Amino acid sequence: MGCAAFARALLELADDHLILGHRLSECCGHAPILEEDLAMPNLALDLIGRARELYSRAGEVEGLGRSEDEFAYLRSEREFLNCLLVERPNRDFAHIMLRQFYFSNFMELYWLRAADSRDATVRGAAAKSVNEMKYHIRHSGEWIVRLGDGTGESARRAAEAVGELQFYIDELFIPSASAEICFETGLLPDRRSMREEWDQRVERVFTMAKLDFPEPVPALTGGRTGRHDECLGHLLAEMQHLQRVYPGAEW
Amino acid sequence: MVNSVSEAQYRAHQAAASVTDPELPFITVEELGILRAVRVEKGIAVARIAPTYSGCPAQAVIELSLVTALNQAGFEGRVERQLEPAWTTDWITPEGCRKLRRHGISPPVQAGKTVCGLFESAANPECPLCGSQQSERVSEFGSTACKAVYRCRSCAEPFEYFKPI
Ligand SMILES: [Zn+2]
Repeated sequence: MGCAAFARALLELADDHLILGHRLSECCGHAPILEEDLAMPNLALDLIGRARELYSRAGEVEGLGRSEDEFAYLRSEREFLNCLLVERPNRDFAHIMLRQFYFSNFMELYWLRAADSRDATVRGAAAKSVNEMKYHIRHSGEWIVRLGDGTGESARRAAEAVGELQFYIDELFIPSASAEICFETGLLPDRRSMREEWDQRVERVFTMAKLDFPEPVPALTGGRTGRHDECLGHLLAEMQHLQRVYPGAEW
Repeated sequence: MVNSVSEAQYRAHQAAASVTDPELPFITVEELGILRAVRVEKGIAVARIAPTYSGCPAQAVIELSLVTALNQAGFEGRVERQLEPAWTTDWITPEGCRKLRRHGISPPVQAGKTVCGLFESAANPECPLCGSQQSERVSEFGSTACKAVYRCRSCAEPFEYFKPI
């Protein structure tokens, strides 16, 4: 039971990283300026690299011999356990940066608390990720300020992104049954414990950006049980295409 | 017996330690602080390395190069990953930092110390060309996962900065 819960909670975490990493990788070659075209694939690499490590560990813990590629390429939409925030489409640059800002602020707090996990892989991932997340937070945070406090159009788009992504915030802080067991057994931190600090951090930057902090709204959830928006199916269709058409292909 | 074991150990270590980073071919895995240990057991040499930046594409090449180097030294080569203690840029040796500077890359300041608030850095990297501390960030992200792009305000030259992490 403990192992199954840990494997599942690791998959939730790995899926968050892979799906967001893939979303960012879609921006490669489409960024508004050269510096951003370097930034987004670099950020994506951090996330996908972390996902690989977490999938490997999930495979070990699960004990069924599944590899990181099998987790990434051979599961269907309903088997993905990522939160809904990370699958949100790249509507515009403001959406992309806000999604990144929410997620990286959450993950830095998460990894800080994961530093004393009972699991060595989690501790190793935590030690690295904390430093990486600082870069992600600075990068997206600076853009939130530039956009929110920028031109009329950039401010309007930033505010629209805040309005659209507000429904996906709460799910970050809700532990699944598996995550709950892992918290109780000292393997993973408690997602609920990050809320206050996360709110303060976001509010501080929103004030600089002259953006209104989102009012509490009914949360959209379901990602942790495999109930996703249609957009995840499209993402997977592209991401998994090669392995589905040429099973076992390697390069 | 003892001598031949330690001699094999020494040869294996020398072989592994000479492997360089494909993206920074002037610097060895030992100088980068990636190579944690090399041991020889029954003719198999195992190099234990710490992964660097998550998702760094150089990782796979480094592992392959280590196996090749150990093979060439007469061993069956293997690579093990060591996650703890995690690699940070603080593991780069003083010689590694000197080499970076000599190749026009400003070495990292202490890990975890550069990123503080938005729009600011705790410490500006030193220009590898003129030594000035008056530098400004052009792009946080550069040609590889480990480098940022800066510009020197004293000599006006652009330079790469090995990002502390
Ligand atoms: Zn200079």
